[in-house]
Amino acid sequence: MASSRLVAGSAVADAEFSRDISLGTTIIAVQFAGGVVLGADSRTSSGSYVANRTQDKITPLLDHVYLCRSGSASDTQAIAGYVQYYLAQLQAERGGPVRVETAAMMAMQMAYGNKNALQAGLIVAGFDADGGSVYAIPLGGTLLRVPFAIGGSGSAYITGWCDKNWRGDMSRDEALDFVRNALRHAMARDSSSGGCVRTVVIDAAGASREFIPGPKLQPTYDELPAPA
Amino acid sequence: MLPRPTTHSKALGPGVAGPELAVATSAVLDRPPQPTAQRPLSGAQAFSVDPSLVESADGPRQHTQYPYVTGTSVLAVKYAGGVMLACDTLGAYGSTKRYKSLERIIRVNARTAVAAGGEISDFQYITRLLEELATDDYRTDDGIELGPREVFSYLTRVMYNRRGKMDPLWNSLVVGGVEADGTVFLGTVGMIGTHYTDSHVATGFGAHLARPMFRERQSDDMSEADAEALLRDALRVCYYRDKQSINKFQVAKATGEGVAIGKPFALETKWDYKAFAAPTKWAIGAW
Repeated sequence: MASSRLVAGSAVADAEFSRDISLGTTIIAVQFAGGVVLGADSRTSSGSYVANRTQDKITPLLDHVYLCRSGSASDTQAIAGYVQYYLAQLQAERGGPVRVETAAMMAMQMAYGNKNALQAGLIVAGFDADGGSVYAIPLGGTLLRVPFAIGGSGSAYITGWCDKNWRGDMSRDEALDFVRNALRHAMARDSSSGGCVRTVVIDAAGASREFIPGPKLQPTYDELPAPA
Repeated sequence: MLPRPTTHSKALGPGVAGPELAVATSAVLDRPPQPTAQRPLSGAQAFSVDPSLVESADGPRQHTQYPYVTGTSVLAVKYAGGVMLACDTLGAYGSTKRYKSLERIIRVNARTAVAAGGEISDFQYITRLLEELATDDYRTDDGIELGPREVFSYLTRVMYNRRGKMDPLWNSLVVGGVEADGTVFLGTVGMIGTHYTDSHVATGFGAHLARPMFRERQSDDMSEADAEALLRDALRVCYYRDKQSINKFQVAKATGEGVAIGKPFALETKWDYKAFAAPTKWAIGAW
């Protein structure tokens, strides 16, 4: 569990390793006919130090709704914790399925209500009776329903690529490919993103996870393939 | 008697926190850290992303915000029988044109439309407040609906009161509509509570670019077609000269019949002036 301050011995190390832990990150979620695909890299940095190289940034809020986290690690963990808690209560009270929009609004209330204290860029995505849906919650706490969303520091490098390659009629496998490749390209150029690719597909059958170690990703321009 | 500083936060005002110790004694320096609002008993830093927010000299309760996802100009004119509001559909994120399908005009009820520039999350909050008002109206079920002037007055109070708390809603709002007696209403409210009504209003860049056009061409009895043409010309100028804008606009009309928000559309733009194509062709040595 990443805490908001690492404690280290010497003063110099203290300063560097005690920088706020940030999910310099790439996160993405795409809606397809029949569900959503979420994806994220796995790097958590504290200044220049990679505090966690296999971080899981895709967090379940409900069985059928997941959250991609970017920004301050501690802030997004706290938000996720509260939203999980309230949604669990709501689900118990209601005795039935909770809509993705409800979960997204809950996360928005957390982000907007504490906007001066938080640095959290979130993407909420899931599958309910109305199909798949993706909600972007950037800094400040705006809530926007979008066909696909990218976030984190790495997203700037792939905005053009996503604009070019996204289509509204992708199948499950095409959407997965889109997510994997988007992350691969972002991780290639953003120092704050890297490590491995995690994806979660949520459809009528539930949520299924995939983990691709970095060396298994196809290398990009001017990079070498991993040794066999 | 050892002087004991109180735990009151200095943010509450002068003199509240009690006297400072002139000389720190060992009893004070060697004490274990006392719990405060920002540092609970466990000693851990509380839920805070930026320590300077907590430990700044001004005190912890800095509320003035910084806008993140923003909308740009809103333009509006009165015409014969109604009012027209127009803006683009961009949610910018600093210099990045991030969200291109953002609706910045909302229908409050059959008689009032509100449009906003500025921080979108704050506008979404205002939208929720207005939805509560409209729902209350519906529940009261007395055949009376809030008119545009009342919505305008309500929003003015909300904006000014937040400004008074140094926690503004970072928006420039335009309120337009038609009263029950047929009077056309158009007003604007700023993020610090400044407000006025006029025959034509514009926020952001539009205030500089569009209003001169409105002054020349707008009149309260102009036809709907003329008003639409005027707004489109003004939107075009704003698109040419505001870097945070896109060629995708929406126009809303509030008349006695109700509020109609149109579909997004693009405008023709002209770039093929001879001098534009080759600016330095006839000016040797220029760049």
